[in-house]
Amino acid sequence: MKPHTLSVLVENRPGVLSRVSGLFTRRGFNIESLAVGTCEEPDMSRMTIVVVGDDAQVEQVIKQLNKLIDVVKVSDITEMETVDRELALIKVSAEAGSTRAEVMQVADIFRAQIVDVGAKTVVLEVTGGSTKIDALEGLLRQYGIKELVRTGKISVLRGSKTVKSSK
Amino acid sequence: MKSGAKILIEGLQREGVETIFGYPGGVVLPIYDELYNAPIRHILVRHEQAAAHAADGFARASGRVGVCLATSGPGACNLVTGIATAYMDSVPIVALTGQVPTNLLGNDAFQEADISGITLPITKHSYLVKDTRDLSRVIREAFFVARTGRPGPVLIDLPKDISTNQVEDVPLKDPVFLRGYQPTLKGHTRQIEKALSLLATAERPVIYAGGGIIASNASGELVELAERFMIPVTTTLMGIGCIPCDHPLNLGMLGMHGTEYANFAITECDLLLAIGVRFDDRVTGKVSTFAPHAKIIHIDVDPAEIGKNKPIDVPIVGDARAVLQAMLQKIEKGGGRENWLEKIRMWKKKHPLKYEEDGKLRPQFIIQELSNLLKGEGIIVSEVGQNQMWTAQYYCFRRPRSWLTSGGLGTMGYGFPASMGAHFARPDEVVFDIAGDGSFQMNIQELGTVSHYKIPVKVAILNNMFLGMVRQWQELFYDRRYSFTELPPVDFVKIAAAYGVDGMRVDSPDGVREALKTAIETEGPFVLDFRIEREENVFPMVPAGAAINEMIGGHPR
Ligand SMILES: Cc1ncc(C[n+]2csc(CCOP(=O)(O)OP(=O)(O)O)c2C)c(N)n1
Repeated sequence: MKPHTLSVLVENRPGVLSRVSGLFTRRGFNIESLAVGTCEEPDMSRMTIVVVGDDAQVEQVIKQLNKLIDVVKVSDITEMETVDRELALIKVSAEAGSTRAEVMQVADIFRAQIVDVGAKTVVLEVTGGSTKIDALEGLLRQYGIKELVRTGKISVLRGSKTVKSSK
Repeated sequence: MKSGAKILIEGLQREGVETIFGYPGGVVLPIYDELYNAPIRHILVRHEQAAAHAADGFARASGRVGVCLATSGPGACNLVTGIATAYMDSVPIVALTGQVPTNLLGNDAFQEADISGITLPITKHSYLVKDTRDLSRVIREAFFVARTGRPGPVLIDLPKDISTNQVEDVPLKDPVFLRGYQPTLKGHTRQIEKALSLLATAERPVIYAGGGIIASNASGELVELAERFMIPVTTTLMGIGCIPCDHPLNLGMLGMHGTEYANFAITECDLLLAIGVRFDDRVTGKVSTFAPHAKIIHIDVDPAEIGKNKPIDVPIVGDARAVLQAMLQKIEKGGGRENWLEKIRMWKKKHPLKYEEDGKLRPQFIIQELSNLLKGEGIIVSEVGQNQMWTAQYYCFRRPRSWLTSGGLGTMGYGFPASMGAHFARPDEVVFDIAGDGSFQMNIQELGTVSHYKIPVKVAILNNMFLGMVRQWQELFYDRRYSFTELPPVDFVKIAAAYGVDGMRVDSPDGVREALKTAIETEGPFVLDFRIEREENVFPMVPAGAAINEMIGGHPR
């Protein structure tokens, strides 16, 4: 059982997200994260899905995704050279004074941006691989995390290779 | 300018639709108004579930796409069981549903139900039409998706204003192109060669043939291949009819209620050629002991079925017929497995299907008599339960598309409405629904439809006054505690009469032949109420979770 990263091109149609997520629920597959947005092709969206399972399960996921009429292309890019990023916004308790200074120091080490400062809180924006964000989250927990949002991982292949509709 | 309703009807005509099964309601009024004078025959069922099953029966009997129509909300929801039944058995139907007008969508408007959402996991694809100008394209795509690749149900949800809006109809570009849907039909040449070389050297090969053979009209090729290589063939419940029952190479059905010899052959074979099947648990029993000594070749049009339940040595993705044709082109003859064939002949002789012949009215006898009378012809539809298994075991099917049954979902109430559909698909055939008293009562209201349109469907109720199959499990595995499986007697002949349908009750074996003849010779529909031996069981049987060669109720080995 290990996480697999799938890059999925889908038709940009209403209902496509529920088709994809419904498939995962129905077949009992575990999604770790799913990020979706428009892409370079005008009528398509690209999803990056991280799914956990053994090889046979992931093979089934891919085959079942391919059966959806609105899914144009599925690639398992787990073993390929990729650039992976995730973005998180973290609201941390940080009263003005020494804690706030500490939090800002931690942010600095992780190259996180302070994007909002309130009387009792600051909001950090951090980008990176999922492990980096996990680590930052771990460190900030002692100060009190008020709210945390993560986008889920997005990935592209390195170099000139692309995940494109071959059809 | 044309209304959406008109565009819909024209679209259906373009797809060659002659008959649809439906039930009206508020939001489909514009469509019904268009149907009033349309050159399409509309059959008014008595429950929308029956419309879906009738469309399904039409599709299975004809190989064409069946169509049903229902109003929004409750009407659409009533289609659900029928759509799921078609989905599980890969049957091409198009379900048309009305929907509340687009400006009310999502408002919990009167009779609103999110039917495309509800049916998402039980349709091959679905459409919620939001612009009347898309309608022509959607109809064409829906039929294309339903009938190609691995067939299946497609739903089109039509908000009321989509039907009433007047638009300039958009001319269609041919052919349909969906970049996310390109089924692989031609098998991979190298894989086919691999399969053939395994076939050439196997000593104990068996073909395991399923509904995919019927769906791709590959029965001729299948029998040809079996004969050239002298390979015995066992069929799934869905594959029955792809090889004539009395063909010397036919082993009958395998699995839970399969023949002993089919299950023995699977257990001992060294090569399994699986075609258009999905290694369902009712077939495999304990999957680790299914074909334990065999290399497996699996031909299927749906790549997701290959390797889903069992590892496969030679996967071949493609249409069964195309792949079999390719195989036949490459090879002239094989065979020379006299030992294996002899062993199978011996099994067949020593382990035939059997039931007691003691003067009591037994269901197996009724099926055999019907089979003799119709010479294995006609279209035989079943309900679900013991009636279904007895028919599968004892009717001598000789042609594909002559046996319609709900295999994957096991839907009680399927048979009667599906027989109505079968009649419209092939009006010259005698159509029988073999029923249980439980199942028949699930769609008994369709007596109204067969009476109304004089649909000459014959119903043979194997009446045991039990939910027989469940009772059998209670007898065998729950200490005979018949918890809620007894059904009080019902006078089916009187019920039929009240609908204007003829009927007859039969209590002894002597009356069976005459009664069946009367039913066949009567012009319209007919109901036969056979009061059978109440606690008759379906044997042999593989208990749940056992290996398929560990059967009970068979012959001593
Ligand atoms: C709609 C539905 N509900 C419940 C079941 C579970 N079930 C399977 S067989 C069976 C009994 C069928 O009884 P009957 O139609 O009288 O046929 P018999 O087995 O007696 O031939 C039941 C309840 C089912 N298959 N379908």
